[in-house]
Amino acid sequence: MAEIRLERISKTYAGGKAPAARDVSLAVADGEFMVLLGPSGCGKTTLLRMLAGLEYPDTGRITIGDREVTDLPPRQREIAMVFQSYAVFPHMTVFDNVAFGLRMRKQPADQIKPRVERAAELLQLEPYLGRYPSQLSGGQRQRVAVARAIVMEPSVLLMDEPLSNLDALLRLQFRAELKKLVQDIKTTTVYVTHDQVEALSLGDRIAVMRQGEIVQVAEPMVVYDRPTTEFVGSFIGNPPMNFLRGSVSRDNGHARVTIGSEALTAPTALAEAVGDNVLVGIRAENIEARAEAPSGGANGAGHALAGETVVVEPLGSHLLITAAIGGQQLKVVTRTDFPTGPGRPIWLYPEEDKIRWLRPDTGAAVQV
Amino acid sequence: MQRQVALERDTALDAPAPPARGRRTVLTPYYLLAPTLLFLAVFFAWPMFQALILAVQDNGRFSLGPLQRMADDVLFWEAIRNTILLTLIVVPAQVVLALIMSLLLVSGLRGAGLFLYAWAIPLGISDLAAGVVWLSIFNDRGYLNSALAGLGLGQTGFSFLSYEHPVSMFLAVAVAETWRATALVMVILLAGLQVIPKDYAEAAEVFGATTWQRIRHVTLPMLRPSLQVALIIRTILAFQAFAVVVALVGRNLPVMAEEAYRWYGDLRNPSVAAAWALLIMVFSLVNTVIYLRALRVRDEQLA
Repeated sequence: MAEIRLERISKTYAGGKAPAARDVSLAVADGEFMVLLGPSGCGKTTLLRMLAGLEYPDTGRITIGDREVTDLPPRQREIAMVFQSYAVFPHMTVFDNVAFGLRMRKQPADQIKPRVERAAELLQLEPYLGRYPSQLSGGQRQRVAVARAIVMEPSVLLMDEPLSNLDALLRLQFRAELKKLVQDIKTTTVYVTHDQVEALSLGDRIAVMRQGEIVQVAEPMVVYDRPTTEFVGSFIGNPPMNFLRGSVSRDNGHARVTIGSEALTAPTALAEAVGDNVLVGIRAENIEARAEAPSGGANGAGHALAGETVVVEPLGSHLLITAAIGGQQLKVVTRTDFPTGPGRPIWLYPEEDKIRWLRPDTGAAVQV
Repeated sequence: MQRQVALERDTALDAPAPPARGRRTVLTPYYLLAPTLLFLAVFFAWPMFQALILAVQDNGRFSLGPLQRMADDVLFWEAIRNTILLTLIVVPAQVVLALIMSLLLVSGLRGAGLFLYAWAIPLGISDLAAGVVWLSIFNDRGYLNSALAGLGLGQTGFSFLSYEHPVSMFLAVAVAETWRATALVMVILLAGLQVIPKDYAEAAEVFGATTWQRIRHVTLPMLRPSLQVALIIRTILAFQAFAVVVALVGRNLPVMAEEAYRWYGDLRNPSVAAAWALLIMVFSLVNTVIYLRALRVRDEQLA
């Protein structure tokens, strides 16, 4: 077990236009499960491969434990890795596959056997130890790949989209199993994925990446609730966070944000923090929808936004409503018995403390 | 008729893959195979059959005479011994060299592509031309002797190809043969290496394998099908070694294919020549069976 430090890592592939990593720094604590999340081509896999020693950074330092490993080959790094394609050796039995790393390190045979059996037991592979990978299902092959990694008792466990080749049902099942397994063995883990649900469910922390840079590093619920940029808010969550364009005005000591013909009260400091315009970020489940007009005139209106229902999608556990406010669309989640339909008016009440205010030019969140 | 059409539609909807759509579809693969089969029949099966007939007849009657005459010849055992010895030296040397070359080519070293073209040159040169090139190197006044003289090692020139120096003569032939056909093995192995996904090599590295361990435990086992093909083709060709030998040392080093040629041309006895051809074929067959068994890849071990 060990902590990982990436310090100012930059890397541009030969012939590559944009850098795959630009000035990336990241610290992963001992025993932590860190997820690198981002769209394809954001540099997350490159970062993992540099940790593994399969690529080398142009500049920067990588430390595992108290050892600098920046220029060391993979076999001197005390790491183990689970590949996206599994990369389970087809010409070896499951036992030989799991034992591979220990044999390469010249462990005595009488120590290899119990360790392989223990790893096989953890991943429920005991009945298959004598089989060849081609005789196993995709899910079982992935288990072999994981067993081959954990049997090494590595300082750091690296996983490159390990669930992406499994079908949906199996992915769900193995995800929970993987989480329990990694919790039990307490190995520092770096896990790459483009699937935000996987990231939220597995990670102790998530590092969201985009175009070779880390945009936000935080616990899953913080990344979800308080994205620091528009990109993070729209990449994480299903549906993505709503972003509405509004203009800021001052109204006897209070800041107001106008969206179309509707207005929201805003923190007073907002007017100073941004200019005339602002992006209002709010998640679909943090908006309360009502089918009737608020009673009691101006003060009862609070910060209700009047709009119109455009689409209603029943999703089993809830309704997903697309509503329009002053020409801008947003998604709202309601109970399945919510009475509405296309063309009918709807009143929306965003939860004040869940609103994110962002700069429209940079997409960066404003702290108010 | 109507009824049948309706039925067919129904099955088409139910069954996931309905391939049988009449005679035409069933026969298509055979039409496609026909040209190849015709070619093989005319240019391979028929001559082979003729050679067999030729080898067991004397003046139009069935006879084991030609086989007897072949076996009784003074050069019979020498030709066989030379051919086998040449094969035993050349084929392993070629496989090792070709393996090193193809591993270097896939290692991603700078300029590897250039080496591929340079190493493939012998593929484009005829056997005889290759033999002549090596003759200009190894003969009494050849490049090798000039180079040795230039280095101050023996001013007189050494007759590498003379029957008085059987070892150097044999080695010169082996070197020329190796040079000529290593590229063929390399191309086969390179193709095999290129289809092995890079992930396996990376997994081996991550799990602690040194370069040698990776080649020994991962690359070579996964390359086995290609090695098998390369060995079979190369060994069969080695049994047929002819033009390079003739160009370099002529009759000083009798080999099997050369004997067939001698009996057919100089001694005007097509029957004994056919007997030699048959013997070469038997060698090739036996050898192929051995390779197929020794390097067999079990189905479950394929990726």
